[in-house]
Amino acid sequence: MEILETLINGLSSGGTYAMIALGYTMVYGIAKMLNFAHGDIIMVGGYTIFVTMGLTGNPILGLLAAVLFCVVLGVVVERVAYKPLRGATPLAVLITAIGVSYLLQSVAQMIFKSSPKMVMIADLGNVEFLGLYIPMYVIVTLICSVIIMVVLSLFVRFTRTGRAMVAVSEDRGAAQLMGISVNRIITVTFAIGSALAAFAGFFMLMKSPSLTNTMGAMPGIKAFTAAVIGGIGSIPGAMVGGIVLGLIEACSYKITVIAPYTDAIEFLILILLLLVRPTGILGKKRREKV
Amino acid sequence: MALLEVKDLAVYYGVIKALDGVSFTVDEGEIVALIGANGAGKTTTLHTVTGLLPPKSGTVTYHGQDITNLPAHKIVTLGIAHVPEGRRIFQQLSVLENLKMGAYTRKDKKEIAESLEQVYAHFPRLKERKNQVAGTLSGGEQQMLAMGRAMMSRPKLIVMDEPSMGLSPLLVKEVFKIILDLHKTGATILLVEQNAQMALSIADRAYVLETGRIVSEGSGQELLQSDEIKKAYLGG
Repeated sequence: MEILETLINGLSSGGTYAMIALGYTMVYGIAKMLNFAHGDIIMVGGYTIFVTMGLTGNPILGLLAAVLFCVVLGVVVERVAYKPLRGATPLAVLITAIGVSYLLQSVAQMIFKSSPKMVMIADLGNVEFLGLYIPMYVIVTLICSVIIMVVLSLFVRFTRTGRAMVAVSEDRGAAQLMGISVNRIITVTFAIGSALAAFAGFFMLMKSPSLTNTMGAMPGIKAFTAAVIGGIGSIPGAMVGGIVLGLIEACSYKITVIAPYTDAIEFLILILLLLVRPTGILGKKRREKV
Repeated sequence: MALLEVKDLAVYYGVIKALDGVSFTVDEGEIVALIGANGAGKTTTLHTVTGLLPPKSGTVTYHGQDITNLPAHKIVTLGIAHVPEGRRIFQQLSVLENLKMGAYTRKDKKEIAESLEQVYAHFPRLKERKNQVAGTLSGGEQQMLAMGRAMMSRPKLIVMDEPSMGLSPLLVKEVFKIILDLHKTGATILLVEQNAQMALSIADRAYVLETGRIVSEGSGQELLQSDEIKKAYLGG
């Protein structure tokens, strides 16, 4: 029974990782850059929830405000910081992203100071399930992340914009020749990624209410790991990678001896996996046909 | 007035000059070939025409409109389709999805369906394989898909880059037959080819590019007979 509990916990935190990993992987696939400021969008979402709840007391309004604000912020960051560097070396873009990350953290620290803020979203209690008491937030997170992933998959698979995203990620030049505006698709990608980050921030605050300006840093790195495990650039890969990472984490927490080393174990698994499968679980090497 | 007029085009890759004052015209209804050796600037010329590369100087005029600095995705909407070198089909998408991508700028569902039927009429093979993932097609089928995809935007001018590259002699013949078919349906064609023999035999006019400059021009037949061209590009 404890295995089931661990499994549900793992799937739930895996869902949150997947949410964040999707942002990394879509931006990587489409804009061909690693947006290391992505984790800090989560933090900005967290503070937006904090402020909105302070004003209204309503967590759902907080979530909506966070999604809205993060989308605007993500798009603005892309326009101001990354767009001028299109065509620059990947290293220049990477350094800029790291700069944006520190900028966001510092601005948050200036506004909200360093001491953690408490954001009590709602006490949803526990659910009894086959003799287990599972916190409600775990179930809510799990269900929401599944719904979001399904909606995103349908969007990419069936809408004109979604298909254009796949086309741009596969061959930017050819996509332009079809009449696709690459800039518009990149904007859409940043908007979607940032909205997902806001959701992730909400889920994380449900789990642990303490909010600081570095809240997004570690989950950001871990979700990036998840994206690489799944195969960076692949949308299903980010989902699988997130879930796998969540399950590894939940299992590791359960084993007392290795529990303190959970983070190290996760990164170790990344290294081992990359030795065996450099492209990640679902990543593909492109074959050229002559 | 020429359908496409390229004037004094100069293009650089960093400090390296790729095109050095290239000028040529394509009239409505023509097949015009650009031939030349590897690195002469043929692909660069096409990329500049369709907006993938910005020129340093010079102009590209289409239907009397200056399109020199228009981005590629806007140029498509004016009726220029580009079949790129190496096909560059979307390998993860199905054949049908690739074709629909070709009609990305069009909104008229009914007419898109008509265009699709026309493409299938030209390429029955694509219809048979419409749900197959494009990456699994053979090289020849991929070339047909790339041409079909270009047709889906209902272009007036089709720009083709090395459509015969890497294909067996039999398929090369078929590709050229298809180019003539497309031409008969009213499309104007600007063709880049290393297979100069084939290109000149179907071209109304042709230009010879050498290290970024146009060194000679004439009708396809004239160039085929020219001793200089024979020596340089037609193997004696």
